[in-house]
Amino acid sequence: MAKPVILSGEGSIIQMLKYINWGLVLLVTLLASIGFTALYSAAGGSFDPWAGKQMIRYSVFMIGTIIIALVDIRFWYRIAYPFYFTCLVLLVIVDLMGVIGMGAQRWINLGFIQIQPSELTKIAVVMALAKYFHSADAQDMKSLRFLLIGVSFLIAPFLLVATQPDLGTSGVIVMAGLAMFFLAGAPIWIFLVGAAAAAAAAPMGWLLLHDYQKQRVLTFLDPERDPLGAGYHITQSKIALGSGGFEGKGFLKGTQSHLDFLPEKQTDFIFTLWVEEWGFFGGVFILMVIGMILGYGAWIAMRCRHSFGRLLAFGLMINFSIYVFINVSMVMGLIPVVGVPLPLVSYGGTAMMSVMIGFGLMMSCNVYKDAKLPRM
Amino acid sequence: MTLEKDSDKAVGFSRRAFVIGSLQGAFLVLLGGRLAWLQTVEGNKYKTLAENNRINLKMMAPARGQIVDRFGVPFAVNNQNFRVLVIPEQTDDLKESLKKLSHLIKLPEGTIENVLKLAKKSPVYTPIEVTDDLNWQEVATVEVNIPDLPGMSIDAGEVRHYPFADAAAHIIGYVGTASKKDQEGDSDPLLTLPDFQVGKIALERTFDKELRGKAGSSQVEVNVVGREVRELKNAQSLEGERVILSIDAELQRFAQQRLSAERSASAVVMDVHTGEIYALASYPAFDPNYFTGGISHERYEELSGDITFPLTNKAVAGQYPPGSTFKMVTALAALEAGVITEGTVASCPGHYDFGNGRFHCWKAGGHGGMNVVSALSESCDVFFYKLSTELGIKRIAAMARKLGMGDKFDMELKEERGGLVPDEAWKKKKYGEGWHPGETVIASIGQGYMLATPLQLAVMTARIANGAKAVKPWMVGFTGDKPIKRGAWEDLDINPKHMDIIRRGMTRVVNDQRGTGYGARIKEAGMEMAGKSGTAQVKRITKAERAAGVKNEDLAWQFRHHALFVGYAPLENPKYACSVVVEHGVGGSKAAAPIVRDILLMAQQRDPAKKPLVASPAETKEGTNHG
Repeated sequence: MAKPVILSGEGSIIQMLKYINWGLVLLVTLLASIGFTALYSAAGGSFDPWAGKQMIRYSVFMIGTIIIALVDIRFWYRIAYPFYFTCLVLLVIVDLMGVIGMGAQRWINLGFIQIQPSELTKIAVVMALAKYFHSADAQDMKSLRFLLIGVSFLIAPFLLVATQPDLGTSGVIVMAGLAMFFLAGAPIWIFLVGAAAAAAAAPMGWLLLHDYQKQRVLTFLDPERDPLGAGYHITQSKIALGSGGFEGKGFLKGTQSHLDFLPEKQTDFIFTLWVEEWGFFGGVFILMVIGMILGYGAWIAMRCRHSFGRLLAFGLMINFSIYVFINVSMVMGLIPVVGVPLPLVSYGGTAMMSVMIGFGLMMSCNVYKDAKLPRM
Repeated sequence: MTLEKDSDKAVGFSRRAFVIGSLQGAFLVLLGGRLAWLQTVEGNKYKTLAENNRINLKMMAPARGQIVDRFGVPFAVNNQNFRVLVIPEQTDDLKESLKKLSHLIKLPEGTIENVLKLAKKSPVYTPIEVTDDLNWQEVATVEVNIPDLPGMSIDAGEVRHYPFADAAAHIIGYVGTASKKDQEGDSDPLLTLPDFQVGKIALERTFDKELRGKAGSSQVEVNVVGREVRELKNAQSLEGERVILSIDAELQRFAQQRLSAERSASAVVMDVHTGEIYALASYPAFDPNYFTGGISHERYEELSGDITFPLTNKAVAGQYPPGSTFKMVTALAALEAGVITEGTVASCPGHYDFGNGRFHCWKAGGHGGMNVVSALSESCDVFFYKLSTELGIKRIAAMARKLGMGDKFDMELKEERGGLVPDEAWKKKKYGEGWHPGETVIASIGQGYMLATPLQLAVMTARIANGAKAVKPWMVGFTGDKPIKRGAWEDLDINPKHMDIIRRGMTRVVNDQRGTGYGARIKEAGMEMAGKSGTAQVKRITKAERAAGVKNEDLAWQFRHHALFVGYAPLENPKYACSVVVEHGVGGSKAAAPIVRDILLMAQQRDPAKKPLVASPAETKEGTNHG
């Protein structure tokens, strides 16, 4: 039933292309196109400076995504740990660069591209945990030692990213990681204990927060505290969303966004811009497209016949969903402002790259759903 | 690994995946719900907020109307004022940019420090004025270097300009930033503009509403920090009306110039029939252009502390004892009351004893026999002393009021003062005392409590010259196209024969060798004037001074007599009346009469009365007014 698929020979590639989830490619492209439209509007009706670049970038990344999907899942399985450790090293490097005096930085400039290690780390953590839990049996999942080693996969990247400081991304990493534990079958009590420990540690964590991070939390709790300061983003975003109404103000007619009331309209607040112009229907449309992408990811995971693929596909889907949930909740004033973009829609290469890699891997799980993977 | 085990795992995975998937689904629904909540339930609230956020109603100040003379020569215009503005947030380094600018154009001392101080206080996006009043070369220099001066720009604003500077300062006035007081009881939204200027004194103040124009409005979309993005709607502002004066700018300039020979003096020239004022001068004056941009404290102190009161329009607000110029009033009152006739002769021994007092004539040796005409011509005091006691203060005061003294005319200058015509009732009210008959004696020659402004003296002269018509002075003919309505002057009901006697007396003052003003007669045929001199005591002449023969001109300036002269011309069918008061000028015939002569001569030569005032005088320079 499992047919061996080898990455060689043209015929095989065409064969494999059939296994590519074109439906998912279509959905992802649809979501990205919403982004192009919104970016075109954000620039006041111009492809320059955002929409044009974003389209080119997307096209390039899509090719990369297909290639990743075609690469044998066993290759990804093999490099899961090395990739994870490479990411940790890169994180240490950016942290050190900050210390050495180039200021707080989150990326490494390779000349042709800027790599944001924290973005890659999100994928690396999911990959590493998928591999780790792939070999686990029911007994392992009950072993505290086994679980604690798993937790350590989370702790190192969490700390490194959190000290960048990038609370948003480190939160995403932890949440995705915890979901991996849950999916892998970790006992429920461990989550309860974890939650209790987190609650106990919260006051300590508060002390560790930077002033601006504290501000954001306080402002979230009471946005009116400082309507022109920290609470300003939330208030303006809500005004833009709310004033969009049911059918929106129309394409290119979003006053709040175009008048610069809306901060970061091309990145973190792109959802707001979209909804101001396209109204409730536009907002629901995005959410539906996203929901379908998530459903597609879950479907791929379910169909996969090996644990690694199931965990990887579902974990990546969760990864993507966390991005979306954080961003959309933030712009609607449900959670504090954290610098998390809306993947594929927001302008920016790194976030797009990481989710596209994610979709590539997800599809790889589908192309090689029947592959036989070794156990460690 | 067995197949069974793997499928166990798969089942476990599916269960848990279902849980997470459900959570995700629920979260998506929650987000959709939140969106619906924001957009429907709270939608209206946010729509309102969005509108507030976005539209800023900006008022557009209209161009202020011009003030022009009867021929259209501008007295008050709006000039372009080129300024350098800087927006601090657009500069890389504000201090560096300012230094760069200071290498290009000369900045007043302390400018950089001031701008830096201001920049600290205001939001970074508001423009700050660095310097103003740039000339063309400076504008060009800055403009060329603009690429090197990020955040700096040239702004062409408007500034009120008074081309006549101090030559018409007291009638035109000046504008200044509206104060709290200006805003009281005035709901014009323009006044809320931060540096909106309103008329502060004189005509600029009186006709402020007409000159001001109507505010235009511009709806601008602004972004959150108040920067303008674009204009949505624009209602043009309505330029202020042009105010056309009866003044003849050249005559005005001449009068002002002529007065400058004295230390402190004022003059009024008016039409004896229509009441039009052709010139109204007060010297020293000030340059109103210094006031428009806010006058410096030092300069203001200097002006306000000057004992010659350069800030006061002495032609309408200076109140002086009319002295002998009042003798026409007394003479007319006596003639009308029948106390004297033209033939009544009284002898002047040089003094007049009344009660326990001795009242001196200015001519120590006396004039001998005098009738009303010669008493006017030679200004004999005793003649008037004598008739006054029989005439009484009441009838003197009544005639003074008839001829325009004792109250304001409510003409266009609010600075106008009413002078004072004393009588029994007034004294009772003011001092709680009865009237002393001796006070009537000195009132008859315009001394004592009696006070009149140069404007009132001019009006008195005009009323005598025009055959007893109650002419009133005015200087604004039109605002915009609308003429200012004035009724016909009522008749003062004075016997024309008596008027003729007075005019003959005044004619002899300047045209008879014995007349006090003979030295100042006009020699040009057909332009001769009639007049009357007056010398008003500032300080009583003490017995000791009289005995020692102290000359008045030897006293300190501020104790010397005021010199007055009133006159009209020509003798036949008079047209122009003129009054001049030279403060502390010692003698009316010596100090004031020549000025009246020169002004009346100039007035007749220019003859502004020849051309009636029209709504659109031709000479207006349209180019100086920028909408």
